[in-house]
Amino acid sequence: MPAPLLELRDLRTQFSTQEGVVSAVDGISLRIENGQTLAVVGESGCGKSVMARSILQLIPTPPGKIVGGEVLYQGADLLKRNAEQMCDIRGKEISMIFQEPMTSLNPVLTVGDQVAEIILEHEKIDRKNARARVLELFSLVNIPAAGKRVREYPHQLSGGMRQRVMIAISLACRPKLLIADEPTTALDVTIQAQILDLITRLKEELGMGVLLITHDLGVVAEVAQHVVVMYAGRKVEEAPVEPLFDEPLHPYTRGLLDCVPRLDAFEQAEPDRLRTVEGLVPSLADMPPGCSFAPRCPVSVDRCRWQKPEIKEVRPGHLVACFVAQGEGLDS
Amino acid sequence: MNEPLLQVTDLTKNFKVQGGIVRAVDGVSISVQAGETLGLVGESGCGKSTLGALMVRLIDADEGRVAFEGRNITNLSRTALRPIRQHMQIIFQDPFASLNPRSTVERTLAEPFLVHGIGTPTERKTWGKELLQRVGLRPEHASRYPHEFSGGQRQRVAIARALALRPKLIVCDEPVSALDVSIQAQVLNLLKDLKSEFGLSYIFITHDFSVLGNVAQRIAVMYLGRIVELAERTKLWRRPLHPYTQLLFSAVPVPDPHAVKDRRRVAALADPPSPLDPPSGCHFHTRCPLKESICTQRAPPLREVEPGHRVACHMVG
Amino acid sequence: MKEFWRLYSKNIGGVLGLAFIVLVVVMAAIASLLYPTGPFTLTGSSYAQPFHDIFPLGTDSLGRDVAAGIVWGARVSLLVGFTTTLIAVFIGVVVGCLAGYFGGVIDSVLMRFTEIFQTIPSFIFGIVLVAIMSPSLYSIVIAIAVVTWPAVARLVRGEFLALRNREFVIAAVAMGMSNIRIILTQILPNALSPIIVISSLMVATAILFEAGLSFLGLGDPNVMSWGFMIGAGRNAIRTAWWNSTFPGVAILLTVLAINLIGEGLNDALNPKLRDK
Repeated sequence: MPAPLLELRDLRTQFSTQEGVVSAVDGISLRIENGQTLAVVGESGCGKSVMARSILQLIPTPPGKIVGGEVLYQGADLLKRNAEQMCDIRGKEISMIFQEPMTSLNPVLTVGDQVAEIILEHEKIDRKNARARVLELFSLVNIPAAGKRVREYPHQLSGGMRQRVMIAISLACRPKLLIADEPTTALDVTIQAQILDLITRLKEELGMGVLLITHDLGVVAEVAQHVVVMYAGRKVEEAPVEPLFDEPLHPYTRGLLDCVPRLDAFEQAEPDRLRTVEGLVPSLADMPPGCSFAPRCPVSVDRCRWQKPEIKEVRPGHLVACFVAQGEGLDS
Repeated sequence: MNEPLLQVTDLTKNFKVQGGIVRAVDGVSISVQAGETLGLVGESGCGKSTLGALMVRLIDADEGRVAFEGRNITNLSRTALRPIRQHMQIIFQDPFASLNPRSTVERTLAEPFLVHGIGTPTERKTWGKELLQRVGLRPEHASRYPHEFSGGQRQRVAIARALALRPKLIVCDEPVSALDVSIQAQVLNLLKDLKSEFGLSYIFITHDFSVLGNVAQRIAVMYLGRIVELAERTKLWRRPLHPYTQLLFSAVPVPDPHAVKDRRRVAALADPPSPLDPPSGCHFHTRCPLKESICTQRAPPLREVEPGHRVACHMVG
Repeated sequence: MKEFWRLYSKNIGGVLGLAFIVLVVVMAAIASLLYPTGPFTLTGSSYAQPFHDIFPLGTDSLGRDVAAGIVWGARVSLLVGFTTTLIAVFIGVVVGCLAGYFGGVIDSVLMRFTEIFQTIPSFIFGIVLVAIMSPSLYSIVIAIAVVTWPAVARLVRGEFLALRNREFVIAAVAMGMSNIRIILTQILPNALSPIIVISSLMVATAILFEAGLSFLGLGDPNVMSWGFMIGAGRNAIRTAWWNSTFPGVAILLTVLAINLIGEGLNDALNPKLRDK
């Protein structure tokens, strides 16, 4: 069986803070196959962005540090590469787009120049050919009047346009994997729909894998084939998208799905109260012993408070890190 | 029909920006009844935040009229407006920016009383602690500074401050958009509970349609400074009439992988126009599948097509 | 507070600077104990060498003790430094607040007024003012304050412009808070950090300014100042170098120490701004 496009094995990333060393990513393992969209979903502080940046070694060191595990890209461990070797990977094999396109783009360069820059960095072609490629890319990402747009500056474009430019930059060298960190969170909902459709279409046309980081369960349902749920630096559930939404096994996943506001509420003449997940995410510096979700969990038992559950396959393809879901709530 | 709590007529507000003039709010008339939550929804640049601020006279309109409890407050001076300010408060989106970083929570909660000369220092302290408890925080939190709290907790403090003077109306400008989903639900429930406990009315501004489903009784959909549809919640949901409303509903990502989405409409969408140069006639015509020549010539009026349901579209009704 | 000292002490320069200034303040405070007869007394032979006899830093042309001059001169420098800064910062904050908060016509008028002061070369302006008012400590303090407040005004105006539209200020308006209260309780506390930093640097500027005026003979003739000592000793600089050098070193070290304090304050106050 060929190696998966990307595989994380027990990845660990820590940060030195005033309160001590915290584990932002505490042993994450996952795999993405070619042509697959994997969504990693979780709330703020769960470590999903840190994990994404660890893949490309974009963690500021200090105060952060990747302290363990492997990042296998087509079978080879990226963590063993030095900074120069990583430059060959970034933008070329694995690309990343971020949430806020205004700050990700250089305000003093035209957008055409910024796209051309990355082509010239990684490929040996001349300026004229690079410019032609830029126009191709702009039409690939549905930027109309490309000839005029290439000469514009980021501040002259709308948010949706800027994000398309970001996508054009990220796809310029035909990467095999695209990491998208909250790519549509800052966009209007109609533009968001267009961008998500664009990413899906490009994925199919170019045969890429996509790692989508998001907090929005609606986006996950629309775009992902496979989902990983993270909480406090760990993976708590993993499943293909339909089983995850139809039968969420982890109490946190269930809680999240329950408390998302849904359009169905419009059916009710007087809307009900939302169901909630009580309490707050624990501070990473002050994690409870045992399962990190136990203090907020509606179904926790004694064992949950002093032992950390490991992630186990409970249905075919459906993994969960929860004693109760694993049927091991009672002390054996 | 009861007299509305707040009524605005033909409100218009222009902003001078680099490049020209933006008509952020364009001749909007709308009212809020006592005890209701009016939702203002639309995408960026639609003018919903500006309208909210205009309605409580945080900014002054260029044209139009604002009436609170039947009384015209459009041109009241700052001093004359002050006693009325007790009745209208505001909560913002960014819980980090809406609290003074150099004041303790106790100071922040005492300020509304201080400003209006209510109570002794001891009474104000006590009221502050009561307010904290009402919003789900502990009295010990009073001596802390904003940076010691999480986003959701800060938002609760902001809500406590808005409640201090027992207002009748609170403008909630994207109050949960910056919060995590689980905290969002907590804060929305809190707002709902406070509404029934204190008999509040809300103007709830958001870009997220799903959130409105859980809070609003009447909803105004805005586009480039105008209201394009105004309806009671179930009527809007069952029969969205304006093409833009239909577009918004179809674009909202639904947390259900089985839901089939017809995205052709969204995919064929042209770019949103620049607010500096809005399209003539109906602003939406550049992106509208129903467009006819009249749409480029005349702006459609907001007309009632059934009781409790108004639309601004030449092609409807 | 504890957090402030923790961050401040990370800057070694700032700590050393603070220690030095404390020393200078103490020295100035006990000047009448160290040299009860004052710095103008003719106590010894003229141009006595330093490090030799009883005069550790030597004497000047009239036999006045240089060390006494240093110690008493410290009083003048510190007095002028701090008083001037207090006045200049007060004026600058008032002008900057009003310009930045109200904007529009008020801002334009106040800024034009500020610019008038800024376009005249400051040292020359100071000389003119002192000459008009005839030299004394009062006129020096007023002159320096008049010349240095515009920088504070600009800074404060910038801070107010930035903070005026922050949401917690809008919330205060929504509450019905009066303008004065908003300025004093909401915005000013949040603008304090850069004001404190610039104030510390202004003390150094004022000290240098006074030294310059005194060097030129425009200082208060009734007090011994470091600038005056440098000026008085300049004709004998090759033979009795100690007359000008020691007061010069005193000014150098004091101004350096104040600058280091300013940097330390910057480090200590800025992280808090970042934390918000």
